[in-house]
Amino acid sequence: MSSQRINWYKYAAPANFYPLAGKMIPWFAVLTALLFIAGLYVGFFVAPTDFQQGESYRILFIHVPAAWMGMFLYVLMAVYAGIGWAFNARLASMMATAISTTGAIFTFISLVTGSLWGRPAWGVWWVWDARLTSTLILLFLYIGFISLQSSIDEPRRADRAGAVLALVGLINVPIIYFSVQWWNSLHQGATITAKSFKMAPSMLASMLILLAACWMYSIAVVLVRVRYIIREREREAPWLAEAVA
Amino acid sequence: MFGWLVWRDLILAWRRRADVLATVFFFVIVVSLFPLGIGPERETLRTIAPGVVWVAALLASMLSLGRIFGNDYQDGTLEQLLLTPQSTYLIVLGKILAHWLVSEVPLVIIAPLLGLQFGLSQNSLAIMVLSLLLGTPVLSLIGSIGAALTLGLRAANVLIALLVLPLYIPVLIFGTGAVQASVGGTSPQPYLLLLGATLVLSLVFAPWATSAALRISVE
Amino acid sequence: MLEVINLSCVRGTRRLFTALNFAVNPGELIELRGANGSGKTSLLRILSGLATPAEGEVRWAGKNIRSLGEEYSGTVAYLAHQNGVKDELSALENLRIACGVAGNDLSKVDARAILAQVGLSRQQNLPARSLSAGQRRRLALARLLTSKATLWILDEVLTSLDDTAIRLSRQFIGGHLNKGGMAIIATHQELELSADRMQRIELSK
Repeated sequence: MSSQRINWYKYAAPANFYPLAGKMIPWFAVLTALLFIAGLYVGFFVAPTDFQQGESYRILFIHVPAAWMGMFLYVLMAVYAGIGWAFNARLASMMATAISTTGAIFTFISLVTGSLWGRPAWGVWWVWDARLTSTLILLFLYIGFISLQSSIDEPRRADRAGAVLALVGLINVPIIYFSVQWWNSLHQGATITAKSFKMAPSMLASMLILLAACWMYSIAVVLVRVRYIIREREREAPWLAEAVA
Repeated sequence: MFGWLVWRDLILAWRRRADVLATVFFFVIVVSLFPLGIGPERETLRTIAPGVVWVAALLASMLSLGRIFGNDYQDGTLEQLLLTPQSTYLIVLGKILAHWLVSEVPLVIIAPLLGLQFGLSQNSLAIMVLSLLLGTPVLSLIGSIGAALTLGLRAANVLIALLVLPLYIPVLIFGTGAVQASVGGTSPQPYLLLLGATLVLSLVFAPWATSAALRISVE
Repeated sequence: MLEVINLSCVRGTRRLFTALNFAVNPGELIELRGANGSGKTSLLRILSGLATPAEGEVRWAGKNIRSLGEEYSGTVAYLAHQNGVKDELSALENLRIACGVAGNDLSKVDARAILAQVGLSRQQNLPARSLSAGQRRRLALARLLTSKATLWILDEVLTSLDDTAIRLSRQFIGGHLNKGGMAIIATHQELELSADRMQRIELSK
């Protein structure tokens, strides 16, 4: 194991990471496509119809992975931003910026699909259920991070200010989730939740395959975005001219 | 040194008291708009009163956040403060304390009057004041992080709202919860304890985050 | 005492200076020159500890100023472009509060004496709002005089000062150096200071 140590520091420099990312993107893109096809196939043709909710429950196959991704990516973003700030590692900060957009999109997708699922299940488009509400707040946190970074012109300040905000958000997320849970339990709103139906193994399989697909998609897209950010920030660096040509 | 700093901010606020009064009037006007928008039925008003007062307090305190560091940043005194041989944590804590005294305490004082308009009982009013006393310092503490991060940016005031309001949500929930519990006849104690815990937690972390943010923004 | 080692500064995508090396010892003066936008202010801000360099480090008595923190702040006085004067406070209040916040309390009598030294006796109770640009600069100079700092970092100290005030500030700086102090001064004007040891550093664009 230790005989083949990879020199991570080497790839922490944008100049070395840029071509590496370029090589990795196609692989992750192919994996994304394969996993999506597999997951959707299992979801639509293998998983049985739910006796309680009929066919409409199938939207959960995308809703649940999207919601998970929204949360994972927020944590990942905060960790990257924190590393970038603490160790003055530019690439990590760029990763955080690249992740933020993808995370916000997943959170948004999970809100929209949640509301689409809720229409037949609850009879209304939106209920202030604990999970939907905290997802909405998570989206607000992403929006705050993205708007703060985009209104700062100096990249170094943008990276570090974003890191402070992301870490403060990370400390707050559990408190916010807890307070929303508490608030919801007192104002008894929704009766059906995503948990209340029994999952067949094929349903779980579809959900997990699609979760993997979402991961691969996120990695591919984040790498593409990081390459754009590197190109923008290092436009005066001589290595970039060679790499692009 | 700490005393000098708080004293300085109090004098400055006194000489610019119009700004402070504007925040208080904003609070009063926002709260008074709700009966006009919703209708004067006493029962409805009593149920929404905790939420209305708390949301208005959130918005009013947010309006004043830009002033914590904004003026000092513009005239260069903030740099001088950061260059004094004092810990930034203490400097930030002093400024937050002054902000709370100047911008939040007047809201706490005037809130019972507004609660009366909504037909709250004396007991509920007392709980409202107590919840505001515990909750508003948290608003200043968390708000200072947003204020420090947005120093000198275009549209800083709108940006502060985006950054800070989501972080205010727990305070809003615990604060209104306490008053609602007292209106509904149950014990507000768990909410007040949670508010207190939030206050302790933010006292420990927020000035630290604000110091870091200030150093980043001033650079 | 102060060593600058291999310092470089980046603003946005622009490199302001690279591999800057120099040292300042007690009684020495550094005159910093360079066109607008050559990075003088950025350098001074790094030296004062407000900004961090892209590469390299600044050492005070052999230790990186980052690790010294507030201990270093106590030995530095930084006079920036902005005077750091509060419009709403009188000259006297400005001076006393600035000192109080910095941790060295100043009595009213002492404060008046120092204001007299910079020629602001008659204006001491006026709100700073009504002071002229030169008078505000004098007020900032007064703050400099009260500090116990050994290292003075001055950015364009002579701007908007009249002849008397320029003569006065030369005298202050000279006195500070004679007492074993150090000064780093960015300027476009001739300082005409007869320090024993003076270096001139030119930042090119």
